[in-house]
This record gives sequence, C-alpha cells and structure tokens, in this order.
Amino acid sequence: MRRRAVLPILLLALIFSSGSPPFRAQAIEPGEALKDAGLEERARDIGRQLRCLVCQNQSIDDSDAPLARDLRRLVRKRLVAGDTDREAIAYIHTRYGDFVLLRPPVDERTWLLWFGPAAALFVALLFLLWRLRRSRAAPPVEALSAESAARADALLREGGDER
Amino acid sequence: MSAEIGHFALIVAAILALGQSVFPMAGAARRHGALMSLGNTLATGQFVFVLIAFGALTWAFVTSDFSVANVVQNSHSGKPLLYKITGVWGNHEGSMVLWCLILSLFGACVAWFGGNVAPGLRARVIAVQGLIGLAFLAFILLTSNPFDRVNPMPPDGRGLNPILQDPGLAFHPPLLYLGYVGFSVTFSFAIAALLEGRVDAAWGRWVRPWALAAWSFLTLGIGLGSWWAYYELGWGGFWFWDPVENASFMPWLVGTALLHSAIVAEKRDALKSWSILLAILTFSLSLLGTFLVRSGVLTSVHTFATDPERGLFILAILAVTVGGALLLYAWRAPTLKGGGLFRPISREGALILNNLLMTVAALTVLFGTLYPLVVDTFGLGKISVGPPYFNATFLPLMAPMILAMGIAPFLPWKRADLIGVLDRLKLIAGVAIALAAAVVFIEDRHSFAAALGLGLAAWLIGAAGWETAGRIRLFHAPPGESLRRASAMPRSAWGMTIAHAAAGVVVAGITVSGVWQTEVIRTMKPGDRADLAGYTIGFAGVREVTVGNYRARRGHFIVSEGGVAVDALWPEKRLYLPQRVPTTEAAIRTTLFSDLYVVLGDPDGKGGHAVRLYHNPLVPWIWIGAVLMFLGGMISLTDRRHRVGAPRRSARPASPRPSEA
Repeated sequence: MRRRAVLPILLLALIFSSGSPPFRAQAIEPGEALKDAGLEERARDIGRQLRCLVCQNQSIDDSDAPLARDLRRLVRKRLVAGDTDREAIAYIHTRYGDFVLLRPPVDERTWLLWFGPAAALFVALLFLLWRLRRSRAAPPVEALSAESAARADALLREGGDER
Repeated sequence: MSAEIGHFALIVAAILALGQSVFPMAGAARRHGALMSLGNTLATGQFVFVLIAFGALTWAFVTSDFSVANVVQNSHSGKPLLYKITGVWGNHEGSMVLWCLILSLFGACVAWFGGNVAPGLRARVIAVQGLIGLAFLAFILLTSNPFDRVNPMPPDGRGLNPILQDPGLAFHPPLLYLGYVGFSVTFSFAIAALLEGRVDAAWGRWVRPWALAAWSFLTLGIGLGSWWAYYELGWGGFWFWDPVENASFMPWLVGTALLHSAIVAEKRDALKSWSILLAILTFSLSLLGTFLVRSGVLTSVHTFATDPERGLFILAILAVTVGGALLLYAWRAPTLKGGGLFRPISREGALILNNLLMTVAALTVLFGTLYPLVVDTFGLGKISVGPPYFNATFLPLMAPMILAMGIAPFLPWKRADLIGVLDRLKLIAGVAIALAAAVVFIEDRHSFAAALGLGLAAWLIGAAGWETAGRIRLFHAPPGESLRRASAMPRSAWGMTIAHAAAGVVVAGITVSGVWQTEVIRTMKPGDRADLAGYTIGFAGVREVTVGNYRARRGHFIVSEGGVAVDALWPEKRLYLPQRVPTTEAAIRTTLFSDLYVVLGDPDGKGGHAVRLYHNPLVPWIWIGAVLMFLGGMISLTDRRHRVGAPRRSARPASPRPSEA
C-alpha cells in the first residue's frame, strides 16, 4: 500500500489538473529564440506539432525536458539551414519515428482515425435523408397505421392482457 | 475511532444500496406500492451513511489522524485547514468516496424531488441508482479502502501534492463529479424506461432538468479545471487535448446532445429512442473517463500493471454497465414507438443537426484519445495524437454547429421558413462577415482561423441578442412594453439565450487569445525593463520568503502604462517543504479584456533571471463564457416547467409556442 503511494498522487495530479501533466514548467529558455522573427515564428509552429518523446503529453514547445530543448535547437538549425517547414518536420520524423508527430501520419493504420468520424457523419446524414424520404412518401399511411395501432391496442386490452 | 465508524458506514451504505437495487425493482414489477416507496427510504439511507463515511474521513484529515494510511500519504500537520479538507478528495480513495457521496446524493434527490415522476418509473430509476452505487461502494471496500490503518503510526504525513494545494483545485473535483455523476440519473431514467418498455413525452420532461443540472455542473467543472491549468502551470495554456481532459469533454459533448434531444422528445414526442441511447452513452463516457484515469491505462500502458486490481474492477463495472445497458437497448429499443414526422428546416431539424455534430465531435475526441492505445495494442507501432489532429477534425464540426446555433432559436417547430429567418438575421450576418473581412485585412498570420473564429463569435452573440430583442420588441414597442415582455419570457428561454451567447464569448476568447498572444522571453536583471503590448514591465528584483508550508523566491515586477505605474506583480517559484516539490506561481494582471501574465524562471547565476512575460488578449472571456453557460443552465433550471418536484400540470398546451425551448 505504502509503496504505491506515488501512483495515486500522480494519477490524481493528472485528474485534477484537467489532464495537464504535473510539474509542467515553461519551455523556451531565453536565448533559444532565433533573431529572425519570421523564422522563429515558424519554429514555434513546428515545435507545437512535435511531441516531446520523454514527456507525458507535451509538445517540444511546451516542455522543459532536455530532449525537448535539443529538438527545438535542431528544428531551428534546420530552418536556418534553409529547410521548409515540411522538410524540417520530415527530418525529425525520419530520426525519431511516428511517435514524434502530434499530427499522426495518414496511412492504413490511421484511416479510421482520420476518416472514421467523417464517415460516421456521412452515414448518419444518409440515414436521416432516407428516413425523411420515407416519411415524406408515406404520411397518410402513417396516420392510418397510428389509428389502427390504437384500435389494435384497445382490442388487445379488451382481451384482458394487462401489462 | 472515526476510521472504524467510516468503514462501518460504508459497509452499511453498500447493504442499503443492495436493498435499494432489489426492492423497488421488484415493487415496480409487481405494482407493489410499499416496496416501491421503500426504495425512497433506502436511497435516503444510503446517502446518509455515505455522508457519515465522508464525514469520518474528513475528520481524520482535519485532526491529522496519522494512524490512517490515507491521511499519512496525503496530508501533513502543517498544511492549511482548507487543504486538509480538500486533501480528502485529493487522492484516489477519498475521491472515490466523494464520487459515491454525490452518486447517493443524486439517488436521494430522485427520492426527495421525484414526486412528479410516475411511481413505477421512479422506483426503477432509484433501483438502477442503487445498483450503480453498490458497484462503486464495493469497489471502494474491496480495492480502495480509505480507512486502512498503519502501524506503527508515523510522526507526520507526507503532505498533499503541492500542485493540488490551490483554491481552484479545491472545488474542481466536486463540481466535475456533480456533472459526471449527475448523468447517472439520466442513465437510470433511460434504463428504467427500457425496462418499462414505454417512453412518452413525459419521459423527456422528467429527464430534462436532471440533464440540465448535470450539464451545468460539468461545464463549470471543466471551466474551473482549465482556468486552474492556465494560472498554475505557468505558461498560459488552457486546453491541451490531454486524455484526461478529453475524458471529461466527451460526456460534455454527448450530454449537450442529450440536453437538446430531450427537448424534441418532450415537445414533439420524437427522437425518444435516440435520447435514450444518448443518456446511456453520456454516462458510459463518464465511466470510461473514470476508468481511463483510475487505471492509468492512458498515461502509460504500464501503469495498469502496477495496480491491476483497481483497473480491472472499474473495467468490469464499465463492461457490465455499458454492455448491459446497450444490450438492453438493442433488445427493447425496437419496440419503442417511433417518433412523428419532421422536416429538415424546423426547430427539431436544427436540434437533430446539433445532435449529429455533437455526437460526431465526441467520436472524434474518443478516436483521438484511444487510437494510440489501440495501435500500440495491435503491435502496429507507437503513434501520437495531439492538438494538430483535434484542431483539424474538431473545428470543421464546430463551425457549422455555431452557424446553426445562431439560426435555430428563430425556427418554429414542424416547418420553418429558412429564407425568412435569414432575412431577419441579415444585419447580424452582415456585421459578422464585415468583422471577419476586417480581420483578414489587418492580420496576415493565421488570418483564416482568426477571421472564422471572430466572425462566428460575433454571429452567435449577435443572433442571440437579436432574437431576444425581437421577442421583447425592443425599440419597436414602448420601453415599458419591452420590459414587460422580457419579464414574461420563460426562464428556459433566457437560459438558452444566455448559454448560446456564452458559447460565442468562449469562441471569441479562444480565437483572440490564440492568435494575438504576444510574449517576451528573456533574461532580466533587476532594473531591466521590457515592453509588451503597450505595457512597460520593470523588474525590481527577487527576494526569498517563507510562508506556511513552502519557501519561495518572489519576484517583483512593476507594470507601467504610458510612463505611469499601474500595478505591481509578484510571481513566485515555490518549494513545498515536506515533499521538496517546486511549483511555479504566475502573477496575472487581468482586466476583463486581457491578461498580463508574468512568470519567474530560474536564476542564470550572473545576477539575472529567466523571465517570461505574456500578453493574452481576451483570455478571461473563456472562463467568463463558461460561467455564463453555467448560469444559463441554472436560470433555465428555475423555470417552472423544469422545476424538479413541480406538480404535474393537468393540461399542457397542445402546441407549444415556437419560442419555447
């Protein structure tokens, strides 16, 4: 019991922090930023799309872990060397794998992730449309059937079938 | 002694919960009045005994009874009284007792205020509440007893995690639980209706106030959590799409859908089967959230192995509850009488659109939350799903949602004239589009997001105001007449208008703070100045202070505007003594329109300090909006037709006015 004390505390920190990992501190250190404001802006945008691999759920832009700092420097180095955003991200991706991308790559593993909700929306819309057409085609029948259902109900009740 | 009393009270509560789940159910099946009303007594009893247990645990914390293991692990004699009390739910075991307390409170509320619900349905609702209570009480007693003793008794406790020692966190869990657990009542109503095999418009009317109350508390709880993250974590973020945040957000999304579909169920006697499914899903997602958080399965797959007992127990509760409920639904729902006709352009059509988008949005969040786990489980490698995914999938669903939210209140039931409504809204649409165009014109970075967000916010707030103005004939009638109309407007209509406008306020806050945040991150020495968003921030120095149970380096910053000092800010870097855990306390100067956010970092050893200064425009609107949503829910709840326990009216208007919602 006592040995496990750390776990509940960590879990609770997690719940109560609305999910923000505990001990999150500030990320970017003074002096890290590039002189060129435009390049720095791009570096920040890229940083928000890359995961700090040793943290719980933080981007390298949010984390003060040494690894995150190294990755931030790497990104800036690539940008200064003339990489486009896409190239800089690809550079990190090839070295650290899919796990580093906070925007998961679109491939056969993630089709459901990327297109599942949209497909669900589409199917639901089709279903609603179908219901609509059916109900539009059949209002008089519906009215009749409701009436006859009531009659059937009454007949059943007469039969003494108490629920 | 108090620990034994508490433990005993929990056992009694579990036995009462067992009775509560059996007798009223049997009574309802046999139409036995006394058995059915026995459920009310047992529900009250369960609440009283859980309250005793909770009181006993609180007593152990307040008196620092270090013979209780839970107190040792989570409290310290030198802690302020407030945090001794909040420490009760600042740990796994105690928070489960709080969970049960709120669950039994809701069960008792059905017993106390459910007088207008048909007796058979009410008995079944109480029985289902009892069953859920029994499951969670058994969970506490078998795996997470907060009253375990330690021997020998240590001289002092280990203290509460410092990041939990905060007023914001003191009230975040109870509010969140009021929301989560509040949806147990709508779940119980759904199960009871399926057991009865009958759902009528009255079902929708009975469910609405419960859904509204739970939704309001969940809204406030999520808002408070996000506010805490903002000021405590020290870098100005407020929402991270973290699994645990998502766990609370999914029930909110589906709960919002339920809130709206229940309106259609009541007013139009349609969407009943769907509402029942939503009620089941909302609580299932609450339970899923509990499972994910409690088992630690999402933080790391390995945490699960550390304490498989608890994780598996909650997984079992989850499987039985959700599986059982869905099976019952699959079996019984087809027998429910289908709803009437509807046309796409009508109030019910708009509410269905809301349901569709909210549910798909919840599905997006669910996929994003669970997908890395699933991919990993199937050995397909490790992937991350982070904010870029959620922004890409969630926002396209919210944009049409907000457009529809502006229009829907103008639509009457059954059949509406969309062109006519749009014609009435052309002024608001014009303002929103002009604002969006202006944003595109002045802003070159992220201008699409900024324009869309601000345009939608203006549209939503404007449409809500326009609808109310039209309804009270503002400026079209003498002021006295408008005032009379305003006070005659149903409270539920006011609540809806306020909550919808509040959503616009939140959207504005998120958009503006996201796009126009500015920052200065640099090393400052005493005497240095930095310029940010029209302010000059001077660094006066740092001194060491010791306060209560922590030691701190406290920075002193002087904020001036146009050469005149307007404020002094004191950010801190704290070290909590018992645990030697550091925390960061940002100092915030807030006006209602922007925050100046100052964080003190580490010294550089050469007399300077790393300092982070942020200017977050409109960020307070996010929480102002959340509070307004909560108030909207509360105002709506006071509507006579919603009031729990209001006598059933003999005659209801045959066709409700279009304005009612």
